[in-house]
Amino acid sequence: MSEQINPVTFDAERVRADFPILNQEVNGHPLVYLDNAATTQKPRAVIQAIVDYYEHDNSNVHRGAHALADRATEKFEGARVKVANFINAPQARQVIWTRGTTEGINLVASSWGRSNLKAGDRILVSAMEHHSNIVPWQLIAEEKGASVEPVPVLEDGSIDLDAFAAMLDERVRLVACGHVSNALGTINPVQDVVRMAHAVGALALIDGAQAVGHWAVDVQALDCDFYVFSSHKLFGPTGLGVLYGKESLLDAMPPYQGGGEMIESVSFAGTTFNQLPYKFEAGTPDIAGVIGLGAAVDYLQSMDRAGAAVHEAALLSYAEERAKATPGIRIVGTAQQKTSVMSFLLEGAHPNDVGLLLDQQGVAVRTGNHCAQPIMEQFGISGTVRASFSFYNTRADVDRLFEALDKARQFLV
Amino acid sequence: MSRFGTEITSDDIVDTLSFFDNWEDRYKYIIDLGKELPPLDEARRTEDNLVRGCQSQVWLVSDARDGKLFFEADSDAFIVKGLLAVVLAAYNAKTPQEVSDFDVEAYFAELNLLKHLSVTRGNGLRAMVTRIQGTAAAS
Repeated sequence: MSEQINPVTFDAERVRADFPILNQEVNGHPLVYLDNAATTQKPRAVIQAIVDYYEHDNSNVHRGAHALADRATEKFEGARVKVANFINAPQARQVIWTRGTTEGINLVASSWGRSNLKAGDRILVSAMEHHSNIVPWQLIAEEKGASVEPVPVLEDGSIDLDAFAAMLDERVRLVACGHVSNALGTINPVQDVVRMAHAVGALALIDGAQAVGHWAVDVQALDCDFYVFSSHKLFGPTGLGVLYGKESLLDAMPPYQGGGEMIESVSFAGTTFNQLPYKFEAGTPDIAGVIGLGAAVDYLQSMDRAGAAVHEAALLSYAEERAKATPGIRIVGTAQQKTSVMSFLLEGAHPNDVGLLLDQQGVAVRTGNHCAQPIMEQFGISGTVRASFSFYNTRADVDRLFEALDKARQFLV
Repeated sequence: MSRFGTEITSDDIVDTLSFFDNWEDRYKYIIDLGKELPPLDEARRTEDNLVRGCQSQVWLVSDARDGKLFFEADSDAFIVKGLLAVVLAAYNAKTPQEVSDFDVEAYFAELNLLKHLSVTRGNGLRAMVTRIQGTAAAS
């Protein structure tokens, strides 16, 4: 069978030109940005949308009785519709703006958890979760006398579905699982996780922070109860995130924070709350950020995303091929299904030293435990060097990474 | 006991680093300084002696003898260990008064080194300096 996908329509060099930040020197070398799992860079269209908003439309949303407020509101709510379409949410009101993935998880843990959990209930999280998908559950579990238990991860960094199946019983109330591991790049079989959770009557929250930047996520196909992600990992501004939830669940959940916008009427005799999504959006939101995210979604919708995914997969396999050909590199996380993340160790060298020496050569990577200490502990390491690729990276970037690693080795090994 | 603060002074380090005109030589020198720093006994690598705020693990131990403070430090990362040596060159085998009087900001500025380190790593070094200064203040 011949190749079905034609990557020719995707041109990384052309896309790269949309990202002004990439065109700079760092420490005397052209920047090679390989820290996309930490945050993605912003295309000019996003930056311009934010500038336009502040230059022309800045106003508070929903309540002003003037033209600027109308324009701001229209763009703000327009972005909600764009994001809802982007993740295939049935309705825009199921898209709730948060400050980020972390706040989305805290919102569910606090609001749903406080009104639903009781002593003896169990919450399962995969052992490879980011701390932000562990600690909020521990906080509410402690308050309610519930427990948070890790679902084991296999040697290759994939979730142990058999062990997961064995852990499930009717006391499990919620399963929280990353769509993609930030530390390892593993793509988890979240459709299975959701189905298995539902089979025992548990809810499933999927942390999509590391997924949304790589392919089109469909929350209805996943059938997850909650899906959370951050704008800044989707080529949008920092400080903004999305919580998607099933409508019946969101409707039944009590407000998370009190304030303006989230109320219907306030009196000292009793306050009633606004409808979705405003019930969960107390205070003036990040209007510019939302509009910027809307522009990021437009940008992604206008590109050949399937081609971009093929390009990213090719970058990862090229990088892994070069890693295998380089003595002393150990890749951490070798699951079959991975995003374009290569977490690794240079044997005999501390990841922080490697990161510093790469930075001196203009190569930006992340080093450390990636806010995922439990999985690092399981692998018996304190951290890794993580090179994470996006569609604007090129084979030349991979070459620069390995040149820089060769030099780092001369210093350290 | 390490030679830092006695045979190798902060002035020596500033002088040597000022000779180098590329990052490779500067970093090689820093790493070499780290190699001169004697490793800390496993038994002293305790939770109490761990300095918080460092991405890599940093241990710091202090002793007071004859009116002077003696510091030993270690890290699992080479470059950080080199930077520890740089700090100890300023503070080891000094009186509490000398430790308190030392202008560490001026030293770091003169080394022109911290700007090459990210804020988090810089903070780790600062956490160690804060601990050393605290030891001197409590002496």
